[in-house]
Amino acid sequence: MSAQYVLSDLTKTYAERSVLNIADLSIQSGEILALVGPSGAGKSTLLRLLNFLEFADDGQLIFDQQVVTPDLPLAQRRRVTMVFQSPALLKRSVLGNLKYGLQLRGETASKAELLAHLDQVGLADLAQQPATKLSAGEAQRLALARALVVKPDVLLLDEPTANLDPYNVGLIEDILQKNNAARGTTVVLITHNVFQAQRIAQRTGLLVNGKLVEIAPTALFFEAPVEQATRDFVAGKLVY
Amino acid sequence: MEILVTALQEAWRLIISRDPVLFEIIGLTLRVTGSALLFAVVLGLPIGVFLGLRSKESKLGCLAPIINTGMGLPPVVAGLLVFILLSNQGVLGDLQWLFTPRAMIVAQTIIAWPLVIGLSLTAIRSVDDQLAVQLTSLGATRWQLALTLVREARLGIMAAVIAAFGRIIAEVGAVILVGGNIAGETRVLTTAIVLETRKGNFGLALALGLILLILALLANIVLHRLQHEGRHA
Repeated sequence: MSAQYVLSDLTKTYAERSVLNIADLSIQSGEILALVGPSGAGKSTLLRLLNFLEFADDGQLIFDQQVVTPDLPLAQRRRVTMVFQSPALLKRSVLGNLKYGLQLRGETASKAELLAHLDQVGLADLAQQPATKLSAGEAQRLALARALVVKPDVLLLDEPTANLDPYNVGLIEDILQKNNAARGTTVVLITHNVFQAQRIAQRTGLLVNGKLVEIAPTALFFEAPVEQATRDFVAGKLVY
Repeated sequence: MEILVTALQEAWRLIISRDPVLFEIIGLTLRVTGSALLFAVVLGLPIGVFLGLRSKESKLGCLAPIINTGMGLPPVVAGLLVFILLSNQGVLGDLQWLFTPRAMIVAQTIIAWPLVIGLSLTAIRSVDDQLAVQLTSLGATRWQLALTLVREARLGIMAAVIAAFGRIIAEVGAVILVGGNIAGETRVLTTAIVLETRKGNFGLALALGLILLILALLANIVLHRLQHEGRHA
């Protein structure tokens, strides 16, 4: 496995408040990495940096052996997509939303291919429906399909199942695992659900106060954590 | 009540008799208002969209109150400015546009322009901020993002066009000032209504008013249909 991302002494500050300070982190190509931690730990900020929506104040972020700067070529940027906690969909049909990423890239797909993508997330029957009429679970599944249809090398997920019922959670986890196995898509998942991390992540990391406290293979992370903060977090205690 | 019935009869008579003077006035009204609306949209929409996008990232500072003031610009003040600019001593006096339909179009464009900017800005600003972030995350360039947000805000943008149309087709202060209400040259429905009222021809004035209302209604039906189609696009 080669490194998809390498982060060195990466810092991000908002209004003189340091929100992220990662000394060293490598995210391997093709892995599913879960990041857990209390609210305000800097997890979402980290994802925004990995998605090139924002840029670090200091330190270095390397994406596929290329140093990330605001001038990162569009083709590189487009290798990464993200699914957010609350999906924002276009006022178009379900199919129209699915196609959007392809249209941006000047690519096309047959209707059969698109319907197959929707079928994967259980939305094929709703292809012509306005996306604004979807339930929360359906909207999140569409957001996932929209992010995957462009065949990204990296898929970032910011608490994608936080507001969903167990059926939708299971469906999304299944899609993530299948896509990772079939295409080798690198997945970085932020979750508050430690069981979710245990179910699907190959490695899990704990972020607290913008710092990466510990990162390890998921089984080790939960069964034999090294750091006290990780032990506390796994035990369900508050960590600050 | 009697005067209203008389006005309705007069309006109907003018329409079915295809009164050439009336149709000339209607034609000029539509030409002036339509041209002014077109210019206001072409000049105002890009600015409104640009400012709407900018307002999602940073505050507009003193621009917002300036635009809001422009949206309430008294037509007679706009007319006065255009009059000064186009008069023989004015900066644009050499154009010889004063008391021509061109001057009326300029004045109405100035009235409609801030309305198009302000309302299209609001329409863009009202699009969910998260949508812009998520579309960027999907790989949209700034240009693609702007076009998509315009499409998302299309109902609000159409509302801006409808509001601007409504304001200028009913406007009289500026067009009478810079057009002069010259028969066969610069007489539009609103200025004709003023003239007939002054002459005491209340029935005819009211009839012209009804025709103006019908025109505005028809135009609004067309614009609303476009808006309705946009909703289902």
